[in-house]
Amino acid sequence: MIQVQVLLIFMIIGAVIAVELKDLLGAIVAVGAVGLGLAAAFLFLQAPDLSIVQIVVEILALIILIRAVGLTEKSSVRKSNWVSPALALMFIAVLLVFAYKALLDIPGFGSPILKVSQRYLFQGLKETGAANLVSAIILDYRALDTLGEATILFTAVIGVLAVIRKIGRKK
Amino acid sequence: MTEYFLCWILFCVGLYCVLTKRNLIKIIIGLGIMEYAVNLFFILLGYKKDGVFPILSKTLETKPEMMVDPLPQALILTSIVIGLATTCLLVSLAMHIYEKYGTYDVRELRKLKG
Amino acid sequence: MTKPEKGMTLIVKTITRYTVGLILLFGIYIVLHGHLTPGGGFAGGVIIALSFIHLMLAFGKETALKKMSEKMSGVLESLGAIMFGTIGVLGLILGGYLFLNFITKQNPNPSSFFKLFSSGIIPLCNIAICLKVGAGLFGIFIALVFFKLTERKDND
Repeated sequence: MIQVQVLLIFMIIGAVIAVELKDLLGAIVAVGAVGLGLAAAFLFLQAPDLSIVQIVVEILALIILIRAVGLTEKSSVRKSNWVSPALALMFIAVLLVFAYKALLDIPGFGSPILKVSQRYLFQGLKETGAANLVSAIILDYRALDTLGEATILFTAVIGVLAVIRKIGRKK
Repeated sequence: MTEYFLCWILFCVGLYCVLTKRNLIKIIIGLGIMEYAVNLFFILLGYKKDGVFPILSKTLETKPEMMVDPLPQALILTSIVIGLATTCLLVSLAMHIYEKYGTYDVRELRKLKG
Repeated sequence: MTKPEKGMTLIVKTITRYTVGLILLFGIYIVLHGHLTPGGGFAGGVIIALSFIHLMLAFGKETALKKMSEKMSGVLESLGAIMFGTIGVLGLILGGYLFLNFITKQNPNPSSFFKLFSSGIIPLCNIAICLKVGAGLFGIFIALVFFKLTERKDND
């Protein structure tokens, strides 16, 4: 699809800008642009649920990252040496060669093997009564995964409170 | 095929950022880019040519044969929210490190105290 | 000397008074219609958390904490988790396995498709997830905002 390819090229350019900028606030704005491009790509790939969640999660992540940068007085990075970027680029080139050979084996873009989803698509409405099949999957057919995800969110809240609260008690 | 390969290039841009940058905030940004690439790859696998979104409705008369795969969408919905929780925890750890050492540079963290 | 102005400028405060209620209402709409339109518990919960964050960013800490204090957000998050667990265990008791859709299995009613009060436990689970995600994310944001840099001691 030409729309998805154009959006992917936009996201790659935005990601390269975010990685190479010396100013931290500018890098955060570039990552925000990459996330919003991803939300548009989800709309073209016929996934409206994911598009809504991606936009709001992106905005919240931006707010929290700006709070972290706001602590520093100067928001720029020091220069690093050139040996380790060259090594990293060689490793990434080898990785991309192997990835290309592996990507030739999976079925082409646009023809999925819908082995498990046949039952969800054809009998989802009768068995659960929900019109939104994605909600029927995450809350009826696979509700244990949602329980695990609620546990992870709870653990993240406890973790943040445990790390932050120690600071006030140090005095 | 080109979409899959472009998605892998996006993943490698994030990987390069995690491997070579020295500032903690840049490392968190690189991790975020890697998460976007992985989520996009799953949804690319589930797309059906000329498909419609997997929501039935009375007025639109969509048949289940024309829909895209709903199972990767359900799994990635959970993954996006987990990515947000991970980013929040990383940022709180980074702020704690800044409070203790005064800098976000990872080369300074190797000093032993005392 | 007059008191220093808390929060942002007057234009931002005026617009916030109108939009905060609309954002909260939109979040509740997305949660309740989770089984008919795209959205569901996670998207609605994050939108509700964003409405409270909007209030805090525009008006300052004290005004937002009067509307939802830290204790209240902790209680709401635990309430959401307990509700979700109870629905799952009820499915185990009344049927054979965890999270069985006991409302739909007992009276399957094909004429109630596409209505708001349909599809068994799915709206109840959506409400539980919304409470948990919204209150949890607002709690994380309050914890990160209250973080104050102490004086760095050089040899501690």
